[in-house]
Amino acid sequence: MKKRNSFGARLFTALVFLFLYAPIILLIIFSFNNSKSRSVWSGFTLDWYVKLFHNTGIRQALWTTLLVSFIAALVATIAGTFTAIGLFQLKRKPRDAILAVNNIPVINADIITGVSLSLLFVSVGSLFARLFGLEFRLGFLSLLIAHITFNIPYVILSVLPKLRQLDKNLFEAAQDLGATWIQAFVKVIIPEIRPGIVNGFIMAFTLSIDDFVISYFTAGSYVQTLSMQIYAMTKKRISPEINALSTILFLTVLLLLIIINVRQVRQEKDAQKRLATLYNNKNAR
Amino acid sequence: MNRKRISTVPYVIWMALFVVIPLLLIVVYAFTTKDGGFSLENFSELGSYTAVFIRSIVLALTATVICLVIGYPVSYILARESASFQRISNMLIMLPMWINFLLRTYAWMSILENTGMINRFLGKIGVLALLGVDHIQLINTNGAVILGMVYNYLPFMILPIFSVIQRLDRSLIEAAQDLGATGFQVFTKVIFPLSLPGVLSGITMVFVPSISTFAISKLLGGGTSLLLGDLIEMQFLGGAKNPYLGSAISLIMMIMVMVCMLIMNRFGEGEEEAVML
Amino acid sequence: MKKIAFLLVLCALISLLPACSSNAPNGVVNVYNWGENIDESIFKDFQKKTGIKVNYKTYQSNEQLYAVLKQGGVNYDVIIPSDYMISRMIEEDMLEKIDFANVPNIANIDPQYLNQAFDPANEYSVPYTWGVTGIIYNTAVIKDEITDWDALFNEKYKGQILQFDNSRDAFSTALFYLGYDANTTDKSEIDKAYDLLLKQKPLLQGYYMDEMYDKLESGEAAIGAYYAGDALQMMANNEDLRFVIPASGSNWFIDAMCIPKGAVNKENAEAFINFMCETEICLKNMDVTCYATPSRTAYEALPSEIQQNEVMFPSSEILNKCQIFINLPFDTLDYYSKLWTALKS
Repeated sequence: MKKRNSFGARLFTALVFLFLYAPIILLIIFSFNNSKSRSVWSGFTLDWYVKLFHNTGIRQALWTTLLVSFIAALVATIAGTFTAIGLFQLKRKPRDAILAVNNIPVINADIITGVSLSLLFVSVGSLFARLFGLEFRLGFLSLLIAHITFNIPYVILSVLPKLRQLDKNLFEAAQDLGATWIQAFVKVIIPEIRPGIVNGFIMAFTLSIDDFVISYFTAGSYVQTLSMQIYAMTKKRISPEINALSTILFLTVLLLLIIINVRQVRQEKDAQKRLATLYNNKNAR
Repeated sequence: MNRKRISTVPYVIWMALFVVIPLLLIVVYAFTTKDGGFSLENFSELGSYTAVFIRSIVLALTATVICLVIGYPVSYILARESASFQRISNMLIMLPMWINFLLRTYAWMSILENTGMINRFLGKIGVLALLGVDHIQLINTNGAVILGMVYNYLPFMILPIFSVIQRLDRSLIEAAQDLGATGFQVFTKVIFPLSLPGVLSGITMVFVPSISTFAISKLLGGGTSLLLGDLIEMQFLGGAKNPYLGSAISLIMMIMVMVCMLIMNRFGEGEEEAVML
Repeated sequence: MKKIAFLLVLCALISLLPACSSNAPNGVVNVYNWGENIDESIFKDFQKKTGIKVNYKTYQSNEQLYAVLKQGGVNYDVIIPSDYMISRMIEEDMLEKIDFANVPNIANIDPQYLNQAFDPANEYSVPYTWGVTGIIYNTAVIKDEITDWDALFNEKYKGQILQFDNSRDAFSTALFYLGYDANTTDKSEIDKAYDLLLKQKPLLQGYYMDEMYDKLESGEAAIGAYYAGDALQMMANNEDLRFVIPASGSNWFIDAMCIPKGAVNKENAEAFINFMCETEICLKNMDVTCYATPSRTAYEALPSEIQQNEVMFPSSEILNKCQIFINLPFDTLDYYSKLWTALKS
């Protein structure tokens, strides 16, 4: 497996990465363009960044997006983790049945998830209006419910494998040693499956931020996420302010990823070092 | 232990409310007419949209095949690089998803347009004059739509395959080599069969969004050749209000997706984890 | 080091967020309008004056607006449909009656735009803009003089033509070209228009609405059918563009502000509508949208060269050749939407 790749193979991979990044590089470059044109360079400017800071519409949309994504990812992570632990205890048959339903939002086309949820919200809304005179309108709440619904399955799918790796005796051992159920859960199980939980949260958050289709059908009248606003803009003119915003977001994520990566590498090196000293000590003995 | 088992109950209720019932609503709507009666009318009307169905399937399949043809080698090549390089590439594949896909697709528009970068460049170096045309038609073609799909969904093909190959047990490969298998044999008899779950989940993850997209075709296809997703959107929030017909189309699409899934499940076990990247 | 970087990133992001405690003591008004159809800085003026915050969203066509409202669950307070859609919405009981005691500025509106056929007693609507549809084309690319709808169906301009992306306007281009009544309910006439549009399809670059701005201004496309006000906005950005009102007639439209049924913030909506009728605001808005204002006071305040702008304020001679769309009977509408889906697929 670890044979070196030929030059051709590497070139091919590099070209694929170029393909993935070409439009992004373009977006970034044109966030500094001195005109609204998307294909003609007419000089360097920071105007779009300045304008961005004054554009309340975009900032509002960004705020909504981050808020929805964060709450949805948080709720989904907590709910998903508990559910995964519960699922893990279930017998195979009911578990498989629930997992099959769990897979629906993952596999189903976004447009169907969005359309079906909007049908639900609207019909439940009119039912409520008829029965109790309560008006339910599409808005932040429906958007949040939709996001939580498509986030939970990913969290579950991310936590379950970690539970499978878990030593079953660990939990009982903790309880035998006098830990209460809660203590055993918080001190033993959670730390063991933490990577799965963290991964689930990140994935849920990313999916929420990136989602357009489901939000489009469920957000209703006054809530607008960033991707909805961008869609509305593609229907007329995309303002380079959006390029500027994307550049900022992109660089932020890039920076965060680099930090995480560097940390991981350092931790691994430390672990190796520790292992090495351990090994040396043993040999020395 | 029972207490923990109970923790699935809220989830089951939630999923029933927000996944199962909405899908049932689509089924109900699909069999309803505008006047509220039961009917198969919506389905008989579907016949006139055969062209859209065929176009969507063909474009989505083409995009999926291209993604596989590009994505598999990339995953394979990356899996042979050093661990730290693998981590970086994993990150590099995920990173574009943090820029809104509409925006990235819009950027392709600037590249492909008649007055876009490619045509400008070709004009400048004199190729267009040589060919005697004032532009080469790139945008508003099926090719452009496929490009948009490949561009947007390629990461969904690479990531699962990459993660499966990455985790392959190296001793199996060594064993095969020790037993005298050639490099090609090792690939076809060991690596490829073992990476199948990743391939299958990659195929689903590219095919399903491709067949249901409704923004890519509008931006890169000019809106003169609808895809299924456009057709559905048009019936719900667009210019031809008919949610009943829209539901019927959605139902058919759902069935297609489900059939895909079943076929995939038949081939590959352990897919669930491959989906997890 | 890491922490500092993280903090910096956090600060950068937070500074992008809006001041959450936006001062809107008097609540909000949810406005749903055509794209590129208002000067958005007016929202700030409105909030300053009334303390009401404007939530703003846009739609692309009357049909889309109808679909969104019909689906329900939404919460708009002010919408700006065109004439024929207003009468459809009145017929289907989708609009609230406006309390004109809260809209005293209606006095500014020229009476000739009130009590129109779509709202005979003028209970539901307050005119916002008016104009005509026509052909906008790039004189740098198209050297011939364009005078009529036939240009949109001319093989010569293959790949350069943009067509409306909504059924009513698109069909009207064909109906006008064929010399039929744009409000026809005769299926054979509509069929002929459909056949013509089907023949036109391979000549088109695409069906578009406000995407036309970008395409026509940048020279990506050379000719398209669109609305006068938007055409004027484009012409301001590209001097080669020209707008013609087709000789064989065209659509004369009035877009008016309405309040959808069940609007939560009805009084705020009326305040907003009233504000939009202020002379100063009309003038300010016109500067951006380039649509003719129905306000008499605003019109009178305009410099004479704008008053004489034939695209913005066509003469009555031209307007007499134009037709206002009326709402069509239910089965014609159904037929339209069926043909439209078929045309686009």
